[in-house]
Amino acid sequence: MIAVLILLVSLLAFVQFFLSYCRALVATYRKWELSEEVRKLTGIHDAEVQAEALPRLRQLVQLCPESDDKLELRSVNTYFGLLNLFRLTLGRFLPPLHAWLEKERQGCAYFMAVALDRRIAHNRELVAQQLANRL
Amino acid sequence: MIGPYAYFVWTVSFTAQLYVVLLSIVRGEFLRYASINLYMLAVATASAAQFITFVSFGFASSEYIYVYYYSDCLLTVLLFFAILGLYERVFKQMEVSKHIRATAALLLAGTALFSYLVINKNQSYLGSRFVVELAQNLYFVGVLLTLLLWGAVTKLRETRARLVHLILSLGIYFTANAAIYALRNLFPSVELTKALIPLVGTFLPLAWAYTFTFVPEEARLAPARVAAVHR
Repeated sequence: MIAVLILLVSLLAFVQFFLSYCRALVATYRKWELSEEVRKLTGIHDAEVQAEALPRLRQLVQLCPESDDKLELRSVNTYFGLLNLFRLTLGRFLPPLHAWLEKERQGCAYFMAVALDRRIAHNRELVAQQLANRL
Repeated sequence: MIGPYAYFVWTVSFTAQLYVVLLSIVRGEFLRYASINLYMLAVATASAAQFITFVSFGFASSEYIYVYYYSDCLLTVLLFFAILGLYERVFKQMEVSKHIRATAALLLAGTALFSYLVINKNQSYLGSRFVVELAQNLYFVGVLLTLLLWGAVTKLRETRARLVHLILSLGIYFTANAAIYALRNLFPSVELTKALIPLVGTFLPLAWAYTFTFVPEEARLAPARVAAVHR
C-alpha cells in the first residue's frame, strides 16, 4: 500500500519536475543571441524561430560532433513531442492553450538553434586545436 | 563478466562526477557549491568502490550487493545535505541559516531513528528486499524535501537560473529513483527496474555538469516561465 502511494506521488512529481526542467532549459536560452553564421545556415531572420523548423534543426545538430548537451537535447525533444501531443488534442478545443503551446514549441526550436550554434563553435575550437597541434 | 552496458553507464557517470568537481575547482566555485561538490566527490569515491567490488567479486556476490545498496543509502543521506545547502542559498536573504541548520540536524536524527526502527523491526529479513524498501523510503523523503524547496522557489519568485536548474534536476533524480524503487518493491521479479537504477544514476551528474558548464551564475529567468502549471 505504501509502495503504491510512493509510486503514484513520485510519478506525479516526476512529471511536474520534468516539465519544469524542460521549460527552464528553453527559457534560459531564449535570451541567447544566435550567431550570424547560424542565421544564414538555417534561414532564421528574426528573434522567433518557427516551431516547424525544429526537425530540420535537429538534423543539423546531429551532423555536428557530439558535445555534452545530449541529455538536454533529448529532454527538449521529449518536451516538444509532449507539446505536439497536447496541441493535437487539448489545443484544438482551448484557443488560449493553443497559443501558449505554440510559444513553447517555438522556444524548443530556438533551443535547438542555440544548440546548433554551440556545436558549431565547439567544432571550430576542435579544428583550431588540431591545427595548432600540427604546427 | 562486465557487459558493455555496465561499462558505459559507469564510465559516463564517473566522468561526469569528476568533471563537476574539477570544473568547480578550476573556476574557484568549489566552496560556493560546497555541499554539491562534496556529494559529487563522495559519489565518485563510492562509484570507484562499487566498481572494484564488481570486478573483484562479481555482480551477484553478496559483497557487491552490500557495497552497492548501503553506499547508495549513505549517499542519499548525504544528498539531503546538498538539498539543505540549496535551501540555504534560496533563503539566504531571509537570514534563516540557523533554522536550516537546526532542521538539518533534526532531519539527520530523524532519518537515523527511522532507519534504526526499520532495521529493528525487520531483523529477520535484512536482505536485499529490506534495502530496496529503505532506499525507496529515503528517496521519497528526498522527493518531499525537493518539492518543498521547489514550492519555496516559485513562491519567492527565485530568478537565479543556475539554482533553478540544480533544484529541478535534483527533483527529477529523486522522483525517478523513488518510483523505480517502489516498482521494485511491488514487482521484485521484474528485471528491467534493476537495469534502470544505474541509468537514472547518470542523470544527476550529467545534468549538473551541463548546468555548471552552460548556465552562468548571473543568468536569470522569470519564475512564471518555469513552473509546470500554466498560470
